[in-house]
Amino acid sequence: MNTGKILESMMNNTKTLKRIAYVVLALTVVLDFFIERHHHVFFWEDIPGFSAAYGFISCVLIVVISKALGHYWLERSEEYYND
Amino acid sequence: MIDWVHPSFFLIFGALLIPLFKGRVQQFYVVLLPALSLLTVMLMDPGVYGVFNFLGLELVFGRADKLSLAFAYVFSSAALIGAIYAMHVKDVSQHIAAFIYAGSSLGATFAGDFITLFVFWELMAFASVWLIWARRVKASIEAGYRYLLVHAVGGLVLLAGILILYVTTGSIRFDAMQVRDTAFYLILIGFMLNAAVPPLHAWLTDAYPESTVTGAVFLSAFTTKTAVYALIRAYPGTEVLIWMGTIMALYGVVFAVLANDIRRLLGYHIISQVGYMVAAVGMGTALAINGAVAHAFTHILYKGLLFMGAGAVIQMTGRSKLSELGGIYRYMPVTFVLYMIGGFSISAFPLFSGFVSKSMEVSAAAELHLTWIWLLLTLASAGTFLHTGLKLPYFTFLGDDCGARPTEPPRNMLVAMAIAAFLCVFIGVYPDWLYNMLPHEVDYHPYTSTHVVWALQILLFTGLGFFMLVKHLGGSPKISLDMDWFYRKGAGIFMQFIYRVVVPVEDWFIQVYRYVFRGNLALGIKGLWFDKNVIDGAVNAIASAVGRCAGALRQVQTGQLQHYALIMVGSLLILSLYSLF
Repeated sequence: MNTGKILESMMNNTKTLKRIAYVVLALTVVLDFFIERHHHVFFWEDIPGFSAAYGFISCVLIVVISKALGHYWLERSEEYYND
Repeated sequence: MIDWVHPSFFLIFGALLIPLFKGRVQQFYVVLLPALSLLTVMLMDPGVYGVFNFLGLELVFGRADKLSLAFAYVFSSAALIGAIYAMHVKDVSQHIAAFIYAGSSLGATFAGDFITLFVFWELMAFASVWLIWARRVKASIEAGYRYLLVHAVGGLVLLAGILILYVTTGSIRFDAMQVRDTAFYLILIGFMLNAAVPPLHAWLTDAYPESTVTGAVFLSAFTTKTAVYALIRAYPGTEVLIWMGTIMALYGVVFAVLANDIRRLLGYHIISQVGYMVAAVGMGTALAINGAVAHAFTHILYKGLLFMGAGAVIQMTGRSKLSELGGIYRYMPVTFVLYMIGGFSISAFPLFSGFVSKSMEVSAAAELHLTWIWLLLTLASAGTFLHTGLKLPYFTFLGDDCGARPTEPPRNMLVAMAIAAFLCVFIGVYPDWLYNMLPHEVDYHPYTSTHVVWALQILLFTGLGFFMLVKHLGGSPKISLDMDWFYRKGAGIFMQFIYRVVVPVEDWFIQVYRYVFRGNLALGIKGLWFDKNVIDGAVNAIASAVGRCAGALRQVQTGQLQHYALIMVGSLLILSLYSLF
């Protein structure tokens, strides 16, 4: 299968993939300094790189809050409803 | 010449004939039915069709306008894709249930009055439960019963609302609700239950993961989105929905972190995604309503694709938990790639369908200067990518090798996934195709440089966060409590109450009864004789006398209004004469 081969070679070169990913991440932020902004509603729309920070913080917040809720309150063993 | 055919006709009545066919012919017929239904929708002109008078009520079976046609279009497409995906299934009952379910959803979409809506609404619940039961294991039988009971309660609330609406206004027209009375809130609760708005959502994530592989694909499309349609129709601009929808979007995201079953994770993301639509209905502006319809349209396609991908994994590996999966991309690469197209679409990557639909709703929030709503919806969209686009595929297809050696699923399943994937990309690249179907004129341009860069930053930096935290994100063999706790554990507590309190009290009464009345058994037998011969005899005699009198009276009834009027006037005359003297 062709698709499988391509995927496998990608998985064997995670280092290169990582480097490409970092370049792309940097590129989106750099681009943000140069794009033309037309209309805005919220003040943060004028801050370059704001959404990068917001995306990252969102991700960490979601994980930390959900994991805490699960750990201290919501998680049970799989047999919980069968007992 | 028939000028209008209801598209549900093919699905509901056509489904009943499926058992008559065998083998290849049956497979062809199973795909033909939804294809005919889709064709009927495509050829339908806007207008009002199928109006019947029933007991003085005006029932409208075919209200076709831009709103109902857009939903009908995607519903019948989803039925067609689902049918192709399920083509190989030998269990005829599943096909019948799926088609009656899809057909009822179309019936509800075209309903112009609340009675018609209600009938199809209930039919959906009763048909869809079979898709859960058909897996024929204990967990799915139990989950199916809970699903059915919850929907029965929701249906009753809806019916109560409809009855009150009819009594107070005299109308059963299914349009925007005018007055905020009891009926307003009862019908709203009925709709919200089917849209899975917390705390009325647990039926979804309880039952969908227990359904059959192909059944879940149908389930993911119809119930919640029919409810979104009903909300758009009856409750546009109801502010309370803005916050409820936003909380819903976050709720799904939080619970998706904890989910270990892949279809339960996807189920929580249905809740999250429908949250955007509910919030947009609450905003009620033209942009928001367009956004809700567009999002429902694209959501049905990519969520179907995701459920098809997850279903393929379950069917080919026999496993459904993140903690038991991993490393199977080598054996199912095509499934993996097609799943990822769904993942990128739901995450709203540029060039995929979510980007051109979900962003309309978020922009509508900005237009109304709803700062918090905007921030929270954006946060939830980071969570969507985190789970559906990263966590689930990473721990299912990549990650550590779980030891399973599956193959690609049957060809028809891949074809169905490919069709859905094609539509996801097609809409993402050429959004005007979708925008032309929306109920309001569209003046929205998703592909501006700011929007593209903005979206890429949010998503890619969410990805960065994921790979930094990836060690903590794997599935663990646990379940998380949700609102279904109240009726699953609550039922147990209720039964304990019955055993510990009600049964002893009843027992005590039985003892008392024995001691007090046993001695009087003889008296009781005499009483029985008296009852049989005297009392029953008297009652029977009176009854037959009444019967004879009625028979005699019947002769007097002429059925002519003049005679009755004459008798009434005559009686009045006699009465007034009587009172005079």
